[in-house]
Amino acid sequence: MREITYRDALREALIEEMQRDKTVFLLGEDIGLYWEGAFKVTKELAKRFGVERVRDTPISESAIVGAAVGAAITGMRPVAEIMFGDLVTLAMDQIVNQAAKIHYMFGGQANVPLVIRTPFGGGVNIAAHHSQSLEAWFMHTPGLYVATPSTPYDAKGLLKTAIRNDNPVVFCEHKLLYPIKGLIPEEEFTIPFGSADIKREGADVTIVATMFMVHEALKAAETLEKDNLSVEVVDPRTLIPLDKEAIVSSVKKTGHLIVVTEDCKTAGVGAEIAAIVAEEAIDYLDAPIRRVAEPDTPIPFSPTLEKFVIPNEESIIKAVKEIV
Amino acid sequence: MDTEKVAEMYRKMLEIRLFEEKVFELYGQNLVPGTIHLYAGEEAVAVGVCSNLRKDDYIVSTHRGHGHCIAKGANLDKTMAEILGRRTGYCGGKGGSMHIADFSIGVLGATAVVGAGIPIATGAGLSIKLRGTDQVAVCFFGDGASNQGTFHEGINLAAIWKLPVIFVCENNLYAMGTRQTQVMLTKNVAERACAYGIPGVTIDGNDVLAVFQATKEAVLRARRGEGPTLVECKTYRHKGHSRFDPATYRPKEEVEEWLSKDPITRLKRQLLQEGTISNAVLAEMEKEVTESVEAAAQFAKKSSFPLPGTALEGVYV
Repeated sequence: MREITYRDALREALIEEMQRDKTVFLLGEDIGLYWEGAFKVTKELAKRFGVERVRDTPISESAIVGAAVGAAITGMRPVAEIMFGDLVTLAMDQIVNQAAKIHYMFGGQANVPLVIRTPFGGGVNIAAHHSQSLEAWFMHTPGLYVATPSTPYDAKGLLKTAIRNDNPVVFCEHKLLYPIKGLIPEEEFTIPFGSADIKREGADVTIVATMFMVHEALKAAETLEKDNLSVEVVDPRTLIPLDKEAIVSSVKKTGHLIVVTEDCKTAGVGAEIAAIVAEEAIDYLDAPIRRVAEPDTPIPFSPTLEKFVIPNEESIIKAVKEIV
Repeated sequence: MDTEKVAEMYRKMLEIRLFEEKVFELYGQNLVPGTIHLYAGEEAVAVGVCSNLRKDDYIVSTHRGHGHCIAKGANLDKTMAEILGRRTGYCGGKGGSMHIADFSIGVLGATAVVGAGIPIATGAGLSIKLRGTDQVAVCFFGDGASNQGTFHEGINLAAIWKLPVIFVCENNLYAMGTRQTQVMLTKNVAERACAYGIPGVTIDGNDVLAVFQATKEAVLRARRGEGPTLVECKTYRHKGHSRFDPATYRPKEEVEEWLSKDPITRLKRQLLQEGTISNAVLAEMEKEVTESVEAAAQFAKKSSFPLPGTALEGVYV
């Protein structure tokens, strides 16, 4: 095992898949020779693989995804980068009406092996147009897979799987995760979609958390252990497909569920997970489910405001204490 | 020009016209669920363009797409069955009139979001370039689509990367009921090509030979790796936008003028005048096409509907 950052884990996945398969190529704004990616995930890749396979594009999100769709249905495996998750709005028709529907609508004649990488999440004071978490929109779009890695290990393994998958994948990254470090094996590995990871085992409360919130949940679990509360942290790793079984069986064990996500609370990721547990395991619950999420506001700029709306260790602990 | 090729173009245009008339007839019999956007009147565009294409070239089509697909070689039976929502249709009944596709002959599908096909065609062109073949991709779209952001983004991207794409604007003067002059100040859509540093030509879209020649240049240019061309074909739809739209927003004189410029009767007149083809040959051709269209209608009508449960299949690979 060796320790690398989430950023380098993603980069390694791109390098390995580009070496393995000549049809894999990258396109996006400022990912190439001169800037090497807004978050440096594509550092030195244009130098290594050439500008034909690591393509700088104009600021044209709709054309980035649209061109990736066109390439994907004609034999290529594009990995498109949208510089900030908020900007997927500019490509929504191509993602939702085209990429997601082509396989189904044309009766299975074509596959769309396309990955759209984009960073979501707040915490770096860049306000309402660069800080949202929009994963739930894509959970609501049949035909897309949605990956949400929280660690370097998951990032690498899931990105390799995403690139090899024949369906369009919205690959959600998180700005605050890029510099975090974690252990990954020396040898090649992939992680199957729809397989949750128990990030910490526990007996009293289940916390289902995604992306950066996994780390906040783990901190909360650590703190709560001092109060003799044993917290289990379940990371779904992919929201579509969702490992319902892992979530439901954890809830059956603990009888308590907290869902922590960074997206808006209403009709969000947590709402779906809570609904699944209500449908499939309500008799096992000893207390109401709690969702810890963004309180339905745009992400504000000023540090005091932003800190207030994004869930963290304290708000998670508060929610846990309300139900146990 | 080669007589045989011209005759073949005539036959294709006729095939599209009679097919569309049959769709209209079946629609009147309540056999077509949903809506229809007929291509009648615009046949010279699809046929003139596709007569330059090989089987392995690509096209991206629109909601008014039956003609594009037939011109590229789509099977009439499967097309009609799809329009009637039958399991034997191209998409097993999941697409319908607005979403015909046949990937085996390069029909990358019809998208019903106006302008959405433009970046997709650019992507097909990018794929061609990366794979290093000499295929080309054609994108059909209307005058309405040229006001979408995707027009700007998609054509600009194809231009800067010199991709082998031919952007074919079928300017039928109306986006639904909105006249082109209400929504753009330039007279021709092709004038916009200069904004992307690519050639743009405006041609009579009801003259199949003119369309053929103009796109021939564009296709050769694309195959040589010199990049995209914007070809604007001025044309006119015989019917309204969709279903029973009576198209009362179009002045009577304008409709009459365009009907007199019908691309099929025009070519027929020309061929007979030149003596390149005889009335007897044309009559025989018409008989054959009528039969194949009727056979497609029978095939579709006899085909069963998909089993309801198959709606749940095929969301993912």
